[in-house]
This record gives sequence, C-alpha cells and structure tokens, in this order.
Amino acid sequence: MRAPVNDLPVRFERVSLRAGGMTILDRIDAVIEPGAPTLIVGPNGAGKSSFLRLCMGLSTPTDGRITWGGRTDAKPARRAFVFQRPVMLRRTAGGNIAYSLKQAGVPREQRAERVARLLEQVGLSDLGERPARRLSGGEQQRLALARALAREPDLLLLDEPTASLDPAATRSVEEIVRAAASSGIKVVMASHDLGQVRRLAGKVMFLVRGALREHVAADAFLNNPSTPEAEAFVRGDLVV
Amino acid sequence: MQQGLNAWQLIAGGDPTLFAIVQLSLTISLFAVAIAAMIGLPLGALLALTHFPGRNVVIVVLNAFMGLPPVVVGLAVYLLLSRSGPLGQFGILFTPLAMVIAQAILILPIIAALSRQTIEDLWTEYRDELTAMDVGPAGRVATLLWDARLSLLTALLAGFGRAAAEVGAVMIVGGNIDGFTRTMTTTIALETSKGNLPLALGLGLVLIALVLAINAAAWTVRVWSERQAG
Repeated sequence: MRAPVNDLPVRFERVSLRAGGMTILDRIDAVIEPGAPTLIVGPNGAGKSSFLRLCMGLSTPTDGRITWGGRTDAKPARRAFVFQRPVMLRRTAGGNIAYSLKQAGVPREQRAERVARLLEQVGLSDLGERPARRLSGGEQQRLALARALAREPDLLLLDEPTASLDPAATRSVEEIVRAAASSGIKVVMASHDLGQVRRLAGKVMFLVRGALREHVAADAFLNNPSTPEAEAFVRGDLVV
Repeated sequence: MQQGLNAWQLIAGGDPTLFAIVQLSLTISLFAVAIAAMIGLPLGALLALTHFPGRNVVIVVLNAFMGLPPVVVGLAVYLLLSRSGPLGQFGILFTPLAMVIAQAILILPIIAALSRQTIEDLWTEYRDELTAMDVGPAGRVATLLWDARLSLLTALLAGFGRAAAEVGAVMIVGGNIDGFTRTMTTTIALETSKGNLPLALGLGLVLIALVLAINAAAWTVRVWSERQAG
C-alpha cells in the first residue's frame, strides 16, 4: 500500500557524479518542490539523464547527499520514471499496467478497474489486449506513462519522452503530462526542445557540462536568461 | 526395403515390445528433464542475477559441460552407484532410477547454461524498469522466468532431445536389461549388432518422429504465445 510519507521536496546537497575519470554532474545544489513541471534543459551530454536517475535513486552520487522528503533511503516508493526508450514487458498493454499496479501494492480485485481507467487516461482503451511490444513508439510511450501513473507517484520523472515522436504523438504525451501535473503530481522532465519548455514548464533547470547554470521560473529563463549560455540556448544558438 | 517394411509393420501393428521400450525411454527422459529443470532453472537465474568471485569460472565450466560425453557421465554415475561406490548401499545401479540420475546430470548443464544466458539477456533489458518499479529479488526472478518462459521452454526441449537421443550413459548405468532398462537407443545399438534391423529401424523412426512432434508442439506454442504477448 501507499506509504504514509511524501518524497517531496527532493533536495540535492553538493551532489557530484563521476564515472571513469569523467565528471558527469558537478556539485549540484537544488531543491525540487511541489508545483508546476520543472523542465531540465541543456545540450546532449549535459547530465540531464544522470540528474533524473539520481532523482529516482537509480544511481547514487559520488559525493554529496540527496534526500527525499527529508529521508535518505532511496526506495522509489512514491516516484515513477519514464525512460526515453521505455522497455515493454512481454505482456499485453493492460498486463504491463497491471504489473505496475501489483508492484505498487494495489490489491488484485481492484486492478482490472484501475487498468481500464489508466488505459482510458492515456487514450489506449482499445489496445489493452494488444501485446505491448507490438504498439507503435507513441503508443508505447503513452503506455509507459500509464504504467508510471499506476504507481500514484508524488514525483514523476520523464527522460525526453518525446525525443523520437512525431508532433501528433508528442502532443498526446504532453497532454497526459499536463493532466498529471494539474492533478498534483510533481513532474520533472528532461527536454532539449525549447517549444516544449514554453508549453509545459513552470520552472527550468539549465545544465551545461554537468553544472547547474540556472534554476529559475520558466518565464525568467525564456525572457531574461542570466547566463550567456542560457541566453544563447534560448536564442537558438548551439550550446556545447 | 524389406526391412523398412518390417519396421513399419512393427510400428503400425502396435508391437508390444516396441511400445514398452518407447514408453520407458520417454518416462526416463521426462523425469530427467523435470529434475534437471528443478535444479537448472533456479541455478541459471541465480547465476544471471548475482555476482560473486569465481562466477566467470562457473559459467565457463557450465558452458563446457553442455557437451559432456554421455559415456563419461555414465561411468561417473556407475562408480557412484556401484556396490563399492559411495551410494552403493541403495542398490539402484541397473535400474531406471539410475538412468534418470545419469540423464539428469547430463542435461543439467544444458538447461542451466541456456537459462542463465536467456535470463541475463532479459535482465539487461528489464533492469532499469524493474528497479524503477521497486521490484525485489524474488519478484525479479519470478518476472524474468515468466517473461522468458518461451525461451526457457526451448532450453528444456534441448535438454529433452539430448536425453532421449543419448545412448552411452543409459547403457552403462542401466545395463540394457531386457524389459527393464532397455531404451530406444540401447535397443537400436543392440539389435543392430545382432542383425535384427527391423526393430532397430522401427525404433529409429519412432525416435525421430517423437523429436519432430515435440519440436512442432514447441513451435506452435511459441508462435501462439508470441501472438498473445509479443
């Protein structure tokens, strides 16, 4: 069952991540609080995915400390993650959601109804019996969202969920994300699409080469960025 | 040609000796697969999901033992079970039980090595998602075994094929006793050397037909399940 705790705020205290002599993230200080979606932007290799994995507890920092609602234990009880290329379990679409519900501790007799509701929420009602691996890329991404929402998370982490989708599929994913955010789930999403930042972001974290250069309201980031890199990024110049 | 005809008559006429031999062979090999699966599947899963010093050595040995010579396995089990051996007191040498044990040992590495590979590949694919869903160790094993069930079935069939077709191990530990420990393969060897080719040929045909039927069934299950679950 749902633990009577909250995973928010997520607090990064001088968190660094190094691997094989490379610094992936460098002394990050940040607090992620409830509210409108936070979009993590920055060029490829800036450390966006690594930041999200740390947020989820999938990797541990080399230095520094991360706390979830004040706790240091990394068990992802109230968090959910949607990977850039989500892996579908070798089951039906509905079976994938049911599996997630089971892991979240939802009793068996409630699962069928919840599966139906989640399928509807992501617009896959007709495809519940279809093998998940036979779905299109956009459908798989929506199913991954349903699987994540099945956990009833406080914090939903998304790693460029629309990176390989066409505009129509992107729109439906964004609509689901927006609905999740307005239902009170804190969304943290990596993106390198400035348009997506305009459409979704409440706050923006701007990463360059492992350093957090800005962590501000989306308006401030878009209209008056305070670092030259951010200014270049918003202008559409190539930032490396 | 005449011998082929006689062989066919033995099969079509439902020759009782022939069918008793077929039945014994299948029973022994099925029990051997069941025992090897009970040990080999969990062992494969354990090897796939754990890291310990010497793991690579275990994997190399297991892979190498997939090709164990049946006569050597037969000899080892013979030494174990013979009157003066460590398990001699049970008096099971030259019984079907001894043959089941020998075949189970023969195919255990096949089942364990193939399932280790299958489960490890699937785990590489599933690791992030299952970790993100907070699935514990027991849940992981259950999920991986279930989602890999088709490939694991293939591993079991590979084991069954090997068990049903080998002759060296059952010959040594079973003793090829008429009506008691005589299997298809040992009968074929014996009858051929005696010049009774119709029975040998008939059994050979049955053996091949069985292997074909089992693989056809497995293929059907596979195609059907892929359609169901992708």
